Amino acid sequence: MSHDSRAAGVPVLEIRGLTVTLPEGADRKYAIEEVSLSVGAGEIVCIVGESGSGKSVTAFTVMGLTPRKELKPVAGEIRLHGRDILNLPEREMRRLRGEKMAMIFQEPMTALSPVMKVGDQIAEVLEIHTELGPRERRERVLEAMRDVNLPEPERLYHSYPHQLSGGQRQRVMIAMALVLDPGLLIADEPTTALDVTTQAQILELVKSIQRRHGTGVLFITHDFGVVAEIAHRVVVMREGRVVEQGPAAEVLTRPEHPYTRMLIGSVPSLTPPERPARGEAETALEVRRLNKVYGHAGWFGGGRVVHAAKDVDLTLCRGETLGVVGESGSGKSTVARCIVRLVDITSGEILIDGVDLAKLRQGELRPHRRHIQIVFQDPYRSLNPRRTVGQSIIEGPMNFGLSREEALERARELMRVVGLAPEALDRFPHQFSGGQRQRICIARALAMEPRVLIADEAVSALDVSVQAQVLDLLDEVRRRFDLAVLFITHDLRVAAQICDRIMVMWHGRVVEQGPTARVFREPSHDYTRRLLAAAPGRDSFLEAG
Amino acid sequence: MLRYVLMRILATVPVMGVVAVFVFLMLRLAPGDPAAVIAGDYATAEDVARIREQLGLNQPIPVQFAKWIGALLQGDLGTSIFTNLPVTTLIAQRLEPTLLLALSTITFAVVVAVPLGTIAAWRAGSLLDRFVMLFSVAGFSVPVFVLGYILIYVLAMGLQWLPVQGYKSPFEDGVLAFLRHIALPTMTLSVIFIALIARMTRASVMEVLEEDYIRTARAKGQNELRVLLRHALRNAAVPIVTVIGIGIALLIGGVVVTESVYNIPGLGRLVLDAVLARDYPIIQGLILFFSFVYILINLLIDLSYTLLDPRIRY
Repeated sequence: MSHDSRAAGVPVLEIRGLTVTLPEGADRKYAIEEVSLSVGAGEIVCIVGESGSGKSVTAFTVMGLTPRKELKPVAGEIRLHGRDILNLPEREMRRLRGEKMAMIFQEPMTALSPVMKVGDQIAEVLEIHTELGPRERRERVLEAMRDVNLPEPERLYHSYPHQLSGGQRQRVMIAMALVLDPGLLIADEPTTALDVTTQAQILELVKSIQRRHGTGVLFITHDFGVVAEIAHRVVVMREGRVVEQGPAAEVLTRPEHPYTRMLIGSVPSLTPPERPARGEAETALEVRRLNKVYGHAGWFGGGRVVHAAKDVDLTLCRGETLGVVGESGSGKSTVARCIVRLVDITSGEILIDGVDLAKLRQGELRPHRRHIQIVFQDPYRSLNPRRTVGQSIIEGPMNFGLSREEALERARELMRVVGLAPEALDRFPHQFSGGQRQRICIARALAMEPRVLIADEAVSALDVSVQAQVLDLLDEVRRRFDLAVLFITHDLRVAAQICDRIMVMWHGRVVEQGPTARVFREPSHDYTRRLLAAAPGRDSFLEAG
Repeated sequence: MLRYVLMRILATVPVMGVVAVFVFLMLRLAPGDPAAVIAGDYATAEDVARIREQLGLNQPIPVQFAKWIGALLQGDLGTSIFTNLPVTTLIAQRLEPTLLLALSTITFAVVVAVPLGTIAAWRAGSLLDRFVMLFSVAGFSVPVFVLGYILIYVLAMGLQWLPVQGYKSPFEDGVLAFLRHIALPTMTLSVIFIALIARMTRASVMEVLEEDYIRTARAKGQNELRVLLRHALRNAAVPIVTVIGIGIALLIGGVVVTESVYNIPGLGRLVLDAVLARDYPIIQGLILFFSFVYILINLLIDLSYTLLDPRIRY
């Protein structure tokens, strides 16, 4: 492999004054403006920023994968190993992609073609860029798969993506990106869609491969925990501009720009704050031995059964926040859906006010539905785009007998509670930002005057700064309305900040339960310990104070 | 997998059974005396009696049914009233032109429509895309018989490139004569399928082109042609194959009209002649035959899914 620049000290990637326009009618003129940064050989540079900061546009422009009509580079240069590639013809760019620079993406499931064997997908890179014969290609692919620690490469070569776990799929992506040992690896939020424990392994892998091969890595992330784990240097972007850059240790510990300071300050700490001891409170919700089994035995015994929740018990008092923590497939969302009876439970009791919701039929259930309301993860998809916010909020109360006027009055009041102008009721969801939409979802839930509010990953899709505000809001409404909050999350940092008690789920079971401070300080179950150990950035500045 | 195939084949048996019962009842439940209906308005009493005897209509219904099913199981679809030939023989005689017309139509349609739809999707919004869509709408809207006569008028009568009508067998008259005669009917019949398949291909490929793995393929340095063929089309295949299957099923109706327009002695003509002559045994036999073909095609489509998409497993 000839990576001349590695020896010569020329940066692998150097971006100077790069400006890219947005199509007309966008909220600003430039997607990115005057962006300059460089990635040296063997260096990991993190671009951090919130959504809309232009970090992904920067990465995709380097790869030449942006639609040129909509995102047009108008100034600056991009040098790969010293050669300006910004205005290369597509043909030349194709030759560089995969061979001199490679990319891995956020969603390892959708980034791989579902109908091709993973081995063949890696081999495709060799097919495009080399003259190797089928047997040599196969050897190289297996070597690359071993390099990223995929178990049994010979067998996995012939697997399809859906047969692999999320972590394995991302390893396949990394093998694909690195099979030709490119000088530059661009990683666009490669661990965001993964569970924390898997994330920790993938970060470790990226670090070790990068060290061994001397690859320059441009790593895009929104997560300061990840930055703390992996970055040598940090570039902070905001609204298309670089606001600050420098060595990781410096930027993280002594951020100069107020925006950087705000971002770092918004990262929730893993250390739970002191919470006032809570006296006796009325029980709002009690769940006993809840079981949910998905699937059924097939006609000929070929059925598949998944025990999504197994003997789950929980008690939730008024004014209390109970966190349900776990990774994907742990059953935490199943529990939420069962409690709201969005799915029918297999067995168990769900008691509110002494009424067992689990036993009620759909018609009988309806009057009780208002007592439990839920806020979902994705505020973009949980509001009907063709109805005004007001219509969405008053629909529920009107179903329960409020007049239109009363419902609207309550909606106006609630808009103020969640920090939005009452006039906004006449607007449509797409006119709001993600954080505002989540506030609307909360207002919609509160309009029903529930006793229990379930937040199912309600802040997971939000930027950190917005996340902090929505968390504050949730805490405020809990106090104000004496709500019982069931807070479902995969994010231990968030859980640490907002929950009075924590319940850890694993493979459909509750493995540990207790006051937040206790669970974080002295976890009793092995899985909880692993989960805590995997939280990115836990040993860094983020926990210093 | 093999077990699934066997299961699916077994599952077609009850479906065929239900079809058989319906076909049997079709004649018996018709109001009035079926023999008189078949014989028509000018028949004598002897004619009616002869037909009743021939169809066994003077026996109790359960006995008739048992006999009918028994004959069916032995591959006997009955005897035509007017020609006195076994229905199976009649179908066999007429099978070749219809089968070849259907095959040539669907092949032509797929060969034209899939690339057209793919290119339209790749350059969505371009002039080419709009042209393909315009053709697609037009193709849906023009009835087969109108299009048939227009094509005859232009290509056969005006330019005199192709024969006006008739059929030549590739086995007896040579492949060239066959192709010259099948060309016009194929074009006529395939227009609507080209429209249908091109539309579905375009929609399906457009959706797939938005997927992350297309971006991955481009990030590997793959060229656009391979991105389209190997990644986009391969992933867009299931809906396209489904619509091709529906197309083949719809073809049965199109064949009847096309064969009349071009005077092709195929099953379509047989249907028409039998209906006009009220030759019930032939009609029954044809319904059973077409149902069988229909079920077979559906089975093949379902089985093809497992080959097209490894995530589909039964």
